[in-house]
Amino acid sequence: MKAGMKFTLKVWRQKGSDAKGKLETYELRDISPDASFLEMLDVLNKQLILTGREPVAFDSDCREGICGTCCLVLNGQAHGPDEGTATCQLHMRRFKDGDTIHVEPWRAKAFPVVKDLVVDRSAFDRIIAAGGYVSVNTGSAPDANSILVPKQDSDLAMDAAACIGCGACVAACKNASAMLFVGAKVSQMALLPQGEPECSRRVLAMVQAMDKEGFGNCTNESECEAACPKEISVSNIARLNREFLRASLCAVEGKAGGEGA
Amino acid sequence: MTLNSHVPDGPLAEKWDKHRFGLKLVNPANKRKYEIIVVGTGLAGASAAASLAELGYSVKVFCIQDSPRRAHSIAAQGGINASKNYPNDGDSVYRLFYDTIKGGDYRAREANVYRLAQVSGQIIDQCVAQGVPFAREYSGHLANRSFGGAQVSRTFYARGQTGQQLLLGAYGALMRQVATGKVTLFPRSEMLELVVVNGQARGIVTRSLITGRIESHTAQAVVLATGGYGNVFYLSTNAKTCNVSASWRAHRKGAFFANPCFTQIHPTCIPVHGEYQSKLTLMSESLRNDGRVWVPSKADDTRSPESIPEGERDYFLERKYPSFGNLVPRDVASRNAKQVCDEGRGVGETKLAVYLDLRDAIQRIGRRTIEEKYGNLLQMYEKITGQDPYRVPMMIFPAVHYTMGGLWVDYNLMSNLPGLFVLGEANFSDHGANRLGASALMQGLADGYFILPYTIGGYLANASLPAVKVEQTEFKAAEKEAADRIQKLLAIRGKRTVDDIHRQLGLLMWDRCGMARSEKGLLHAKAKIPEIREDFWKNVTVTGTPGEFNQVLEHAGRLADFLEFAELLVEDALIRRESCGGHFREESQTPEGEALRDDDGFSHVAAWEFQGVGQAPVLHKEPLQFEYAKPSQRSYK
Repeated sequence: MKAGMKFTLKVWRQKGSDAKGKLETYELRDISPDASFLEMLDVLNKQLILTGREPVAFDSDCREGICGTCCLVLNGQAHGPDEGTATCQLHMRRFKDGDTIHVEPWRAKAFPVVKDLVVDRSAFDRIIAAGGYVSVNTGSAPDANSILVPKQDSDLAMDAAACIGCGACVAACKNASAMLFVGAKVSQMALLPQGEPECSRRVLAMVQAMDKEGFGNCTNESECEAACPKEISVSNIARLNREFLRASLCAVEGKAGGEGA
Repeated sequence: MTLNSHVPDGPLAEKWDKHRFGLKLVNPANKRKYEIIVVGTGLAGASAAASLAELGYSVKVFCIQDSPRRAHSIAAQGGINASKNYPNDGDSVYRLFYDTIKGGDYRAREANVYRLAQVSGQIIDQCVAQGVPFAREYSGHLANRSFGGAQVSRTFYARGQTGQQLLLGAYGALMRQVATGKVTLFPRSEMLELVVVNGQARGIVTRSLITGRIESHTAQAVVLATGGYGNVFYLSTNAKTCNVSASWRAHRKGAFFANPCFTQIHPTCIPVHGEYQSKLTLMSESLRNDGRVWVPSKADDTRSPESIPEGERDYFLERKYPSFGNLVPRDVASRNAKQVCDEGRGVGETKLAVYLDLRDAIQRIGRRTIEEKYGNLLQMYEKITGQDPYRVPMMIFPAVHYTMGGLWVDYNLMSNLPGLFVLGEANFSDHGANRLGASALMQGLADGYFILPYTIGGYLANASLPAVKVEQTEFKAAEKEAADRIQKLLAIRGKRTVDDIHRQLGLLMWDRCGMARSEKGLLHAKAKIPEIREDFWKNVTVTGTPGEFNQVLEHAGRLADFLEFAELLVEDALIRRESCGGHFREESQTPEGEALRDDDGFSHVAAWEFQGVGQAPVLHKEPLQFEYAKPSQRSYK
């Protein structure tokens, strides 16, 4: 058995979306270095529950870095110190015995706090609803190999499609911009022939939805890429800008509300 | 009551066509007047909801996650099968059908499985059209690989994130319908009760996980696509919130639960490392294509793996199954790993692990190719274990992964309760006693895209469905039942955490009803579960209030259902005195230790009817007939 570790946690506690929040301090000892960060929070919650206190609300589900549910800012970094790692895959061996760790929720106007460390990311769903798909009904697809896709395009599309929609890009950005999230989806579709026919309409609609939700603008700091657990590249933002410009200048059908006009 | 599977007559290959023609159609202009509830937004739920909305139905969609995109289908790694036969290596609809029936150890319905194989190709077409970035060859054609015991390459994949990409495709289709207004979305909403009016499923009662508000929703039909019950074992590869509650609530209202003892233990997971552990992580079995599984030949060999010479390693799968080698089906691989560990030849700190070694593959095809194929999986392994799998053999051990059992459904995917449809992992229908790799994604999407949209129309066009209102007694009673249960949980204020009791249940289930099951062990579990349940209702502590975001309360409600369900799982395992697929009864094995089926005694679906908590459930049997795939002893030698 490896020796247990000690930690001081400063955890954001907030009763509800309208309540005022503050940092509470908790001491933890005997934490295994092999425990994940979320398992360490489980241990904290067990202590709180058994002493009649409210456990810390935090979101998680798959705990293997793919569902995008977990969303903690640790010592000011979205998903903590490891590159390409969601909070759930961060392990306590990454910290030093005796460390103080600040644990906070995503902070962005478009992601209001639900409770403690839990936020509402439905803004992302609304952006996707605006156009983050190919408009194909079930049953109307041609044979899968009838349209060939160059491997390099397909690979690039996959790089962009790896986004887990966690929102770390927004949390890491000083402007709370969602450009990396939107850029990833726009790129995936723009790179594939299947997504090409409606790419103008898509990019205009998604950008409009993004702005409506209250996300900020991109000022090329690349903090989003650094925080992204899937290491989505900022070149997707460049592609988003290019697609947006092209659609704004050239496209007729893509103008907002312009269908059939 | 006799179970009618409604499998159409006629030759196997013509059944589905014939059946579709026989189904009455709903007038397109009338479709919007039908409201359909879909619970769950994984592959099955999202694809069904999107397809139904495209047809014109009014759909209400519920999920417990904060976004439909996070359903647990997202975690599927390896791939999706389809009988496209693009590689020209001998695949066909019939071969996929045959492999699936055989892989399921002859405990699935032939007609359902044949239909699954028939629509498998269309699924790939659909997903590609949605922009799912499947792996491709340099020619631009789709790439295929062999997977999980198949001798043809019929698996399509998107790196190690196939489930994610397919789910995001279905999620996109769903959100497109949300934008059109045909789908109303209720995220962070949990179904607490099914409402049955005049014998028909007519709605559900839900709790908003944000506000705690309990409300009723009416519909002409209810579709459950709420996944499997693997978390009854506490530690599993399932996401933390996966649960049996929606299925169990429907079961309590009369829906039969079929073959609950058919659970799948996946051979390649990261071993357990501590008692704080909250879940187990799967390493895709695609790694078995290139990784070799071995343990030291001698027991209690504590040398580091690199220092064990070739002659003192036992590549036990290659040794025992020369023709399938490391690619034997999951149940066989898992049992053999357990066996070598039982012999004291397990490795690692706990001695409950075997090596999965990429050394030879790296020498043969190079580190770069291995990185391309499995990069993200190996990165995940390194993050969790802190060890570099390119240099040190990985350690793996079996873990609960998938549940083949589920609510009983007929050929139309409708349960014995009219108007209640069940899709994906939540139903029992296609995988028999063991699911083949890359077949879960296929089944979820087949059910949602290509089967339910037809069969639900047939039901709606024929059924008499008088109007119902949320004010009527059936809904009010169900709301009260749900609210009372919550009050009861909050009133206990005992001394044990929900997690603690869940772990206790899980450990009992894993020890007595896991990879190997015996009459003695099962009887022990059967006696013990009611005690744990009683302790739960006396000693659990649930903090907070009902009218707020309360994760402890959510978990307590789900555990309460697991504590009832576990007893049924054990009962089913006890009654089925044969070994088949993932269900291994120690009393029923061949002299070589392989699973021994008893076709005379158990070639049937066991469908259970609820009689009350702690009351013996009633067993209904649906006999299985094999006209085409004649049962034989599975052999992978």
